[in-house]
Amino acid sequence: MNLSLKKHSVLPGFGPTLGYTVFYLSLIVLIPLSALIFKTAGLTWGEFVATVTAPRVVASYRVTFGAALLAAAVNAVFGVLVAWVLVRYRFPGKRLFDALVDLPFALPTAVAGITLATVYSGGGWIGRYLEPHGIKVAYTPLGILVAMVFIGLPFVVRTVQPVLEELDAEIEEAAACLGANRWQTFSRVLFPTLLPSLLTGFALAFARAVGEYGSIIFIAGNMPMVSEITPLLIITKLEQYDFAGATAIASVMLLASFIVLLTVNLLQKWSRRFAE
Amino acid sequence: MHVTGALKIKKGQKGGGGLAEPALVRWLLIAVALAFLGLFLVVPLAAVFTQALDKGVDAYFAALREPDALSAIKLTLLTAAISVPLNLIFGVVAAWAISKFDFPGKSFLITLIDLPFSVSPVISGLIYVLLFGLQGWAGPWLSAHDIKILFAVPGIVLATIFVTFPFVARELIPLMEAQGKDEEEAAMVLGASGLQTFFRVTFPNIRWGVLYGVILCNARAMGEFGAVSVVSGHVRGYTNTIPLHVEILYNEYNYAAAFAVASLLALLALVTLVVKTVAEWKIQEETM
Repeated sequence: MNLSLKKHSVLPGFGPTLGYTVFYLSLIVLIPLSALIFKTAGLTWGEFVATVTAPRVVASYRVTFGAALLAAAVNAVFGVLVAWVLVRYRFPGKRLFDALVDLPFALPTAVAGITLATVYSGGGWIGRYLEPHGIKVAYTPLGILVAMVFIGLPFVVRTVQPVLEELDAEIEEAAACLGANRWQTFSRVLFPTLLPSLLTGFALAFARAVGEYGSIIFIAGNMPMVSEITPLLIITKLEQYDFAGATAIASVMLLASFIVLLTVNLLQKWSRRFAE
Repeated sequence: MHVTGALKIKKGQKGGGGLAEPALVRWLLIAVALAFLGLFLVVPLAAVFTQALDKGVDAYFAALREPDALSAIKLTLLTAAISVPLNLIFGVVAAWAISKFDFPGKSFLITLIDLPFSVSPVISGLIYVLLFGLQGWAGPWLSAHDIKILFAVPGIVLATIFVTFPFVARELIPLMEAQGKDEEEAAMVLGASGLQTFFRVTFPNIRWGVLYGVILCNARAMGEFGAVSVVSGHVRGYTNTIPLHVEILYNEYNYAAAFAVASLLALLALVTLVVKTVAEWKIQEETM
């Protein structure tokens, strides 16, 4: 590591700490991930395209990306609502609910999966009230949506909440003084300020939902063409020793998550403009 | 990149002022928000424990004492005991380099550290199959020397290290950046050595962040399912972690036992949330 990279500092340890960081990062993350890229590069273009556009694979993209978009949209609406209520209002149990928002982040996905499947199945606590109305959740694409809403729930709340906390009261007071009613103040003044963080949370929830495996497979039913998600298809290919197929599909998913990651970084640059 | 689960570093409450919605609107919004949280968070959480105790307390403890469950618990503890310290050391070292120095490519480095967050767990497992599987890079050499990594404990540990890689680093980088480097520079000028500066000046300031990072990293290490499922090979009593054991029990329709074992992980999640709340409170108290 070239020490002249850094500006002068009296603090020690730049060389060794950065060196170790880069070494460990390469060993654990970069080299293993590059195996995926090299393995994909070993396929011919024809093989690659044939694998990633096979009807069953395309159906799995539709299920995965479609449900993830819907789930992120649900989380965007309720995430802003929950963040608003937690920041602005006082009510009994507020701290408890605030802490509980992170549950999907801390609860292992397999536990979430079997629990949601049980709760939403025909005899379950919630399923028994839905099924008489003809709404089947467990073992249908709707179940995938429920699991994705669950795991994506903290993202929008936790990106919007700090922005809402930092907002100055003056801008709302100014809007009110200029004759705006409460709804106009929210939609024309507050909402545009929240929009970058809302979109960041939306993108993060979407990315998490697209890659999710554990909480979905128990509730999805996993019917090919109907309720089979792409990560499950990768595992199916692996179990059939179709390494090339699994790798090709995985690289498509990896590309998708890179695009989302890039979008999130751009969104955060945009939101920093608002912060100043 | 913002990470959910990161500790909030609050700077006191602002906003709102004297402006508020009519009481009716206020209570309606609170009711809808709490109904949403109740439906998606409280009901499933309560269901885990109710289902676990469905067949009584004796059945609950019997499910936990069963040999396969015990070996799964042992393997999970071993995995966490290896992966958490490694990622803790990395997290502290990386946070020191990133937060105390300026250098080109810093934000790119942070993005790379975040990578495991945005990779599907299934892909995290797949890359180790590609590296160490029979068709993989190191596969033929490993099998010639009779070393088992895939479908064995080392593979599970490696996949877990990958998945939990960013947790401590992502907790500490924003915290240490917010604290700046004035105190450390003062210590150095007064003649402290580098390690003295870290342990006597920096560490006391970040200890709650370190604790929360470790707890979160540990929760994920013990609970990881997708990545571990790909590399484990599901050999019962040998390469089964707690989440994989839960899956097997559930697929055998042994629901009470599945939820009994799952309740251990749910308890761990609750402990994680409590530690987070306490850590946030302590950090806020200390920065004010």
